[in-house]
Amino acid sequence: MPITEFRQALNQALEEEMIRDEKVYIMGEEVAEYNGAYKVTKGLLDKFGEKRVRDTPITEAGFTGLGIGSAMMGLRPVVEYMSWNFSLVAIDQIISNAAKMYYMTGGQFSVPIVMRGASGAAAQVSCQHSHNLESFYAHIPGLIVMAPSTPYDAKGLLKAAIRNDNPVIFLENEMLYGDMGEVPEEEYLIEIGKGDIKREGTDVTICAHLRQVGFALEAAEILAKEGISAEVVDPRTIKPLDIDLIADSVRKTKRLVVAEEGHKFCGFGSEVSALIHEMCFDDLDHPVIRVSQGENPLPYAKNIEAASLPDVQDIVAAAKKSLYK
Amino acid sequence: MKNIGKEKALQMLEQMIRVRRFEEGCLKSYQQKFITGFCHTYIGQEAVAVGAMAHLTPTDAYITSYRCHAQGLIGGLTSREVMAEMFGKITGCVRGKGGSMHVFSKKNNYLGGHGIVGGQIPIGLGAAFALKYEEKEGVALTFFGDGASMQGTFHESLNLASLWDVPVIFICENNQYGMGTANDRALANPQVSDFAAAYKMKGYEVDGMNLESSYKAFGEIIADCKKNSRPALVNVTTYRYQGHSVSDAGLYRTKDEVKCWKEKDPINSFYKSMEEQGWIDEEGYKALDKEMKAEVKDALEFAKESPWPPMDELTNHVYA
Ligand SMILES: Cc1ncc(C[n+]2csc(CCOP(=O)(O)OP(=O)(O)O)c2C)c(N)n1
Ligand SMILES: [Mg+2]
Repeated sequence: MPITEFRQALNQALEEEMIRDEKVYIMGEEVAEYNGAYKVTKGLLDKFGEKRVRDTPITEAGFTGLGIGSAMMGLRPVVEYMSWNFSLVAIDQIISNAAKMYYMTGGQFSVPIVMRGASGAAAQVSCQHSHNLESFYAHIPGLIVMAPSTPYDAKGLLKAAIRNDNPVIFLENEMLYGDMGEVPEEEYLIEIGKGDIKREGTDVTICAHLRQVGFALEAAEILAKEGISAEVVDPRTIKPLDIDLIADSVRKTKRLVVAEEGHKFCGFGSEVSALIHEMCFDDLDHPVIRVSQGENPLPYAKNIEAASLPDVQDIVAAAKKSLYK
Repeated sequence: MKNIGKEKALQMLEQMIRVRRFEEGCLKSYQQKFITGFCHTYIGQEAVAVGAMAHLTPTDAYITSYRCHAQGLIGGLTSREVMAEMFGKITGCVRGKGGSMHVFSKKNNYLGGHGIVGGQIPIGLGAAFALKYEEKEGVALTFFGDGASMQGTFHESLNLASLWDVPVIFICENNQYGMGTANDRALANPQVSDFAAAYKMKGYEVDGMNLESSYKAFGEIIADCKKNSRPALVNVTTYRYQGHSVSDAGLYRTKDEVKCWKEKDPINSFYKSMEEQGWIDEEGYKALDKEMKAEVKDALEFAKESPWPPMDELTNHVYA
């Protein structure tokens, strides 16, 4: 299998879907001539022309709404936010319009739009540029939320997202764009709502998504050296959530650590924790432990930024704690 | 009047009366607690949507705010379908899930009634964008209020529409108020068409109390938009007779002011013009009015008798 860069896997997904379906078009700031702020859309303008790969002004509410309206008329827009931080300017369009439309119209107008871009912390960009919005968007019925951690998952999920008839929030992470991974040459899709076991183990389950998956795998290596066998579960889509996969793993290991980059309060980990306590109360040998960012805006200075973000050591410590070690 | 012709004139008069009687039916049903939630009527503004929509073809799309019953009726939904929605019944145009503010009709390209002030403006833009993308000859009429024209989405949409040559017509139904705030207390420039120049598109001022002028103006504006694939911004002067919604007592304006506007009533003035042409007489008008009242009465009965949404409707249509 060819080894492919994360951003290239996304680029392949976009290109393949644009070839397959004329109704797919891309729109966002710097996506065309500049080839994308993170080069995810590189070369697509040359291949598909400016009708289908469109540079927008800096006007997130405007172009998100435009995308939604065009999706109601049957097009399949892929909107790029330079980063998800700027989606907050368009959040009314996303929540009040995209998410509610199909229901509010009694099933008449679906909104097949994909909104994608970098989310979460990058490297020292301070608090306005480091939002983790999983739990914001996953809270809303009508939205699908995806958060892939590998090039393989990113490509398969993005293709599935574009073909899906619902609005999809597609979260990427700047720190992952350069990651390399196996991506097959033949076409494949990933079923929405299907998680993946990234490493099998028997003593403790670590649930992680996006960048935390890499951290969890590193933590599992460290734990293995200490004789602890950790299983790493990546839900891949936040909503719908493959809670059964997580629960099955927990029934085996009796312990769960949920690692996420966002804040703890009302975060994704809180939801997984609640569900697992509901589903696996009698199986648990330790309460679920949440590993997350501190309850503060993410600061700039390297030392306190690092202290705020969850990392490999935090996951290792949590896993051991769950084993009373 | 000559350009309109008798047949079209009769049709438009009927539409205006239908809308008015329908809204009156809503008001009464609201007092009787059959309709609940919010309810915003179109009484006084009929000549705006009727005059503009008279020029639409089945390819064209349209969208508006929560003040959305009229566009549904004019565009082809039946009084029964819209009234049943007001009542929250399964027979309503969106299966009882939207209520008064969310009338939609996919088959008529009606992209609906929207509850967030200004939120629908970029969606109307997107509908027009899709028509152009698919190389269809069509426009999207995008209605909104004077209050909405101060939202960021309005300005963002104008900029995008002009930049990308999108065939969208922005129609500001300037009914002088956003809820209780007179537009000169909210808009630095209540002559909303002035913004057109800033975005390098054509701007128009239209008298929305007079169907003849509204019909004529929109005929030209829509034709121009289709021909040149360029957006336009129209500021339509109009007035709502009722409160902002049924719960608004209207204490921010005087009775004299309302009376003054009612003297320019769009239905009455259009009827008078038709009478002058010899296209209708008092008897004919009364018969038409009676027919519309009967239609609304039937719609009310239909809505009353219709069943509530079944429980499985609650979780139906969350995802496509
Ligand atoms: C974003 C937003 N802010 C406030 C409201 C509450 N609200 C509903 S209608 C309205 C007035 C809007 O006036 P205008 O745009 O002139 O439309 P009109 O009701 O006169 O047709 C307000 C403030 C809302 N629905 N959405
Ligand atoms: Mg108003």
